Amino acid sequence: MLEFQNVTFRYPEDKEPILENLSFQVKDGDFASIIGSSGCGKSTIFRLINGLEKPQQGQILVNGEPIEKQRRYTAFMPQKDLLFPWCTIEKNLTLPMELQKIPKEEQKKQCTAVLEQIGMTEYRNKYPRELSGGMKQRVAFARTLLAGGSLLLLDEPFSALDFLTRVEMQEWILEQWSYWNKTILFITHDVEEAIFLSNIIFTIQECPFSTMKAVNVPLQYPRNREDLRKSDITQLKETLIRQLRKKEML
Amino acid sequence: MKKQIPAMVVALSILAVWQFIAMGMDAAYILPSPIQIVQKIWECKKVLLTVHLPATAVITGIGLLISVVLGLALAILMDSNAMIERGLYPVIIASQTIPTTAIAPLFVLWFGYSIWSKVLVTVLITFFPVVIAVFDGFKATKREMEELLLTYGATKRDIFIRLKIPTALPAFFSAIKMAIPLSLIGAAIGEWLGAQEGLGYYSKRMMTQLDGAGVFAPVVILSLLAMVSVMCISFIENKVINWRREL
Repeated sequence: MLEFQNVTFRYPEDKEPILENLSFQVKDGDFASIIGSSGCGKSTIFRLINGLEKPQQGQILVNGEPIEKQRRYTAFMPQKDLLFPWCTIEKNLTLPMELQKIPKEEQKKQCTAVLEQIGMTEYRNKYPRELSGGMKQRVAFARTLLAGGSLLLLDEPFSALDFLTRVEMQEWILEQWSYWNKTILFITHDVEEAIFLSNIIFTIQECPFSTMKAVNVPLQYPRNREDLRKSDITQLKETLIRQLRKKEML
Repeated sequence: MKKQIPAMVVALSILAVWQFIAMGMDAAYILPSPIQIVQKIWECKKVLLTVHLPATAVITGIGLLISVVLGLALAILMDSNAMIERGLYPVIIASQTIPTTAIAPLFVLWFGYSIWSKVLVTVLITFFPVVIAVFDGFKATKREMEELLLTYGATKRDIFIRLKIPTALPAFFSAIKMAIPLSLIGAAIGEWLGAQEGLGYYSKRMMTQLDGAGVFAPVVILSLLAMVSVMCISFIENKVINWRREL
């Protein structure tokens, strides 16, 4: 379980903290989404979990232990695929394992397993430029899996994709989440995407924020798009939009 | 081949105009015609290609090699530490404000007529584009990529080898392509100021004999050498970095 306990963080160039006494929890196996408008600090939460930034106050715990003591607990997938254009798909995938000094045989084995699971075995020796946007995101997700963390931090991974690819990728990511049995923390601007993917949604309603409102999504997995038309779901969508609008009006 | 047609048309037009003007002037000691220059190259091909060209090529090669090593070392040093960057950058810029032709005789005083006085002139002219282009190449590294590697547990060394070097490769090749003609110019200037062989030396000697075609002949060979070398580097560049557009 990931737990933020009264975390306060301020960027050195800012006068005010972007997060103030923030507390929330993500349980193991959750698919949790964070929604909120731009500049509110959603990505800052990821930077803190990743260790790229350190909170000025409070602590981030993993199963009751400070996150700094955890080895390879998280893996991060940014908005852009950030595949290295000079590396083949296989090289891109094995990169995190190489950096962790995992033996070559093991790297190859894990890479093969992931490529099979994402249905891209034949692209092993291709370069990123030879792949479509959706394929690149699949490879980026696979690389995140191979980075070895049990908590995957996905920062608007589908925002740059066209509508149809995005829909396809949403369904695909749910399959992958269920197959690999990971915990996912997902940042998005899209309320419908958050509802379709998550079992719990955190909304940011103020800036700087100290609380995130947690809303459970009353849908079972596996899901399909028809579920989004259910009356309680459309109602949930409206509620979330209202909450987000309230923030904008503040 | 079709892509080369516009360049060939422009080059041939310039040569035709040049030939026409030179024939009109009829003063080969001032402006020899392209045909006269080609004739001169053909007449003196043995001495030009077996004595003077190798001499210039050695100076150019050594000078270029030293410039690349020095340029890379300085770029890496400046990239590794902001204090070093602040200290070195102005000095490197200042080095380019020194008029080379004015300082080159000093090098002859220091190193005599050995190749090192010429190599030093070449290095002084050539290392600058290498250091600046490669340093800028390092700086072009995407911060998000660097941070992604950090989340994988990469060290500073990992980031340098796996990210900064590949990112800076296109800039490095551009620098080499700029450095080749400059190193040839440097070698020729060095030979003009004091040498006993080399294309620059030959050109100067022909000038004292008022042999216009003889002055131009080594210049043409120098140009051809630069063009062929740059084409070779471009060929290697296309093979090595076919991902340039992805950056």
